[in-house]
Amino acid sequence: MPGTLTVYRWELRKLISQKRTYLGLAAAALVPIIFVVALALQSGSPNDVAFGRYVRQSGLAIPLVLLLFASVWLFPLITALVAGDIIASESHNGTLKTILTRSLDRGEVFAGKLFAASTYALLALVTMGGVALIAGTIESGFNPVTGLSGQPVSAVHGLELVGASFAVYLMPIAAVVCIGMLLSALFRNSAAAVVGTLMSCLLMQLIGILPGLGGLNPYLLTTQFEAWQGFFRTPVDWQPIVRAAWVCALYALPALVVGYLTFLRRDVDSDG
Amino acid sequence: MSEPPVLCEGLAKHYGDLAAVAGVDLRIETGDVYGYLGPNGAGKTTSMRMMLGLIHPTGGRALLFGRDPQREGKHALAGVAGFVEAPRFYPYLTGRTNLEMLAAFDGGDARARIGEVLDLVELTDRAGDKVGGYSHGMRQRLGIAGALLRNPRLLMLDEPTTGLDPAGIRDMKVLVRRLSAEGITVLLSSHQMAEVEELCNRVGIIQRGRILYEGTIRELLSQVSTGYRLRTTDIAATLRMAGDHGIDTTVDGEEAAFSASEDAVAALSIDLGRSGIGIRSLEREGATLEQLFFRLTEGEGAASPDGRPQLVQEVA
Repeated sequence: MPGTLTVYRWELRKLISQKRTYLGLAAAALVPIIFVVALALQSGSPNDVAFGRYVRQSGLAIPLVLLLFASVWLFPLITALVAGDIIASESHNGTLKTILTRSLDRGEVFAGKLFAASTYALLALVTMGGVALIAGTIESGFNPVTGLSGQPVSAVHGLELVGASFAVYLMPIAAVVCIGMLLSALFRNSAAAVVGTLMSCLLMQLIGILPGLGGLNPYLLTTQFEAWQGFFRTPVDWQPIVRAAWVCALYALPALVVGYLTFLRRDVDSDG
Repeated sequence: MSEPPVLCEGLAKHYGDLAAVAGVDLRIETGDVYGYLGPNGAGKTTSMRMMLGLIHPTGGRALLFGRDPQREGKHALAGVAGFVEAPRFYPYLTGRTNLEMLAAFDGGDARARIGEVLDLVELTDRAGDKVGGYSHGMRQRLGIAGALLRNPRLLMLDEPTTGLDPAGIRDMKVLVRRLSAEGITVLLSSHQMAEVEELCNRVGIIQRGRILYEGTIRELLSQVSTGYRLRTTDIAATLRMAGDHGIDTTVDGEEAAFSASEDAVAALSIDLGRSGIGIRSLEREGATLEQLFFRLTEGEGAASPDGRPQLVQEVA
């Protein structure tokens, strides 16, 4: 659909022109730098996190520790910042009527916005991973890392596994994008959609630690942010990764369908 | 080209029990400058949003050149442009960039027209500034520019002069006349009577979500009960004959004062002449569209015994 591509390109252009866009990207770049600087200035290491004890052994451990750290709220927030805002802010500012009275179908507008929000989340993740890898390598060297089964992993193979881990990490992020799009289509207030998306992630983490609800853990979206750890076991444990794929789809697809239909059917009946 | 630019049939929008638009029938012909008149909250903007496909009607339909935006989406908007309420743009982009985006969304040769439409609304000098710094009048003009990018056959403008200074209002009127002269059909909503009387050939008057009158301004002015003062050679007989015609008169010295339609006055004058009564003077207290509008929308003598406004004219 050429309309979708046009909307996508202009959504990116709009993101580039807004200061708030850089907030999330700056956070994604600064967090690894702060982490590495702290590591250089302090002794000791975050031993209670997977790979935490290896951050001084290999720079490859640093992006992995940050993946776990960022899953708590940083990436849900960065993702929500754009996905939750991308429709709601246009309702609020009255620009939705401006674009919906041109030669575009609503479906094209929704799809273009979905791809733009996804691109932003992907860019933020790549930024964090890239900065963490470079800063980590400078600090702790491009050395072999120890896997979760205690097995040694060569630096080159470790790098491949880091890449694969980031790719698997994109699955729950994509689901958060879809939830953000749903709330953005439902709410006419950007803050409500952004905060709502973040809150839904925090709520799932809460459910995960509530006594008696531990059985739900494998099916919570937030748990899927840890699925990549399967790559670092011997042999590779595909079970959490496969589960992440379908659990994330179970969150993403209904949110996406409801969000899409909501956007197609809603009345654009007031400016803010 | 037989399909009218706008045709609304029983167009309605209910929010729960509240009828924002209660069944609007209107028809705008090619070449019209159609004045859509009504007090605030009468349903003008809601019905225009439905015409543009922004709001889904709960009843009836709105067709643009015979096509329904609810069913055909963007295809129904081909050749149609305009805005409802104030035009809105992205404040962090320049005026020109905003237009470039709209042109990209329109496709075709819209992009090639950007310079031309900026010139037309006299925004070329400020096109490189961010819209966030624009005055209300400049945004209004940018709204027109954005609409003209589509090279429309039908232009829908919702209270385009609201909030403009006198020079802005004058420029907007000049622009509407110019566009009309170029063959664009214009739907202009307003609550400024003088503006509509000046610019429009046909009007639709809406009140509480219903059309009270639709037709030419001439017809409206001629058909409506207007005040007259009549002096004849025999005032007593005149009053009697006026009564026979169903005209209520009051005597004011040598004059009879009454309200009646043009047709009723014509019939009375013929009878007076046949009866040998000479008309010394018959003066019309010219009703303006504004007076008519208030009479219609504020119900002053508007409701007839069957509950329908007297002035409703069935549109053939």
